Amino acid sequence: MTVMTDIPAKIVYQRPEAFDPRVTHYCPGCTHGTAHRLVAEVLDEMGEVGNTIGVASVGCSVFAYNYFKFDFVEAAHGRAPAMATGVKRLLPERTVFTYQGDGDLASIGMGEIVGAASRGELLTVVFINNTNYGMTGGQMAPTTLPGQVTTSSPTGRDVARQGHPIQTAELLATLEGAAYVVRRSLHNVREVRRAKKAIRTAFETQKHKLGFSLVELLSTCPTNWRLSPAEARDWVEERMLPYFPLGDYKVTPAVAELKV
Amino acid sequence: MPAKGYIEVNELYCKACELCVTDCPFDVLALDMTRLTSKGYHPAYMVNPDACTGCGICAVSCPDAAITVYRYERQRPEA
Repeated sequence: MTVMTDIPAKIVYQRPEAFDPRVTHYCPGCTHGTAHRLVAEVLDEMGEVGNTIGVASVGCSVFAYNYFKFDFVEAAHGRAPAMATGVKRLLPERTVFTYQGDGDLASIGMGEIVGAASRGELLTVVFINNTNYGMTGGQMAPTTLPGQVTTSSPTGRDVARQGHPIQTAELLATLEGAAYVVRRSLHNVREVRRAKKAIRTAFETQKHKLGFSLVELLSTCPTNWRLSPAEARDWVEERMLPYFPLGDYKVTPAVAELKV
Repeated sequence: MPAKGYIEVNELYCKACELCVTDCPFDVLALDMTRLTSKGYHPAYMVNPDACTGCGICAVSCPDAAITVYRYERQRPEA
């Protein structure tokens, strides 16, 4: 490597402070890591690291509590929004967020997330949609696409028998308590940058007490999709984007005025 | 003269997913097939370091925050 040590260089990017130095257990190329990194970068930039409490879900993201340098609590399967409600009501000055996958939030936890959003709890939810249950071996989830082969739908998801995928962002955007509900993706550099901005806006929504905020992130699962990390990102673009269009599903006028 | 820079890959974190290799617009990066990290992955490295502009795209695509990006200060032309 030819590094010109005699010329001064400045750091353009480095691992965020809030991201714990330990190695994550995520598979190579899994965008869970990207989402963690974005949350850590945003909390670093907001100076909220010492003031944040995270609520971890069940699924691959169950170990999220190991990967951030702030306090975390672990909720029962699907109950992260309920637990976060309690934390936030007792400690209203803290920044409270949940980090949940689709097997947690969109299936067993659908009741809790709808309740928290309809009550307008001052929470931020980072929702990872990778169309399957990653941790347990890639079974069909509520977000699995029509025709998608998983370990529990070996002939592809049949919508006549197993129903249609749940479009969580669209669903929650209909609730009055929700202030900021958007869908972003992590499949290329441009979208990662947009996702970071959305996460920042979601945390600012909470900080300014404007209501419930949720960022749905289309994510990859290279291992369970049986694809290379680069192919998995292409799969997100080709297969997921048509069913899960990116966009701002609910931005209240007060949130729209936030400068991020 | 275009900006110049370099990156450092922390081999504790690199899992050889190749996303930085795919995304680098200047084909600076490759996996080092002659070495293994402590986790058994072939780490990413700068195969073509002179082309690096320090743009940071590799760091944005890295899911494990393994990359630190440096950019050289611009040299003032000597009068």
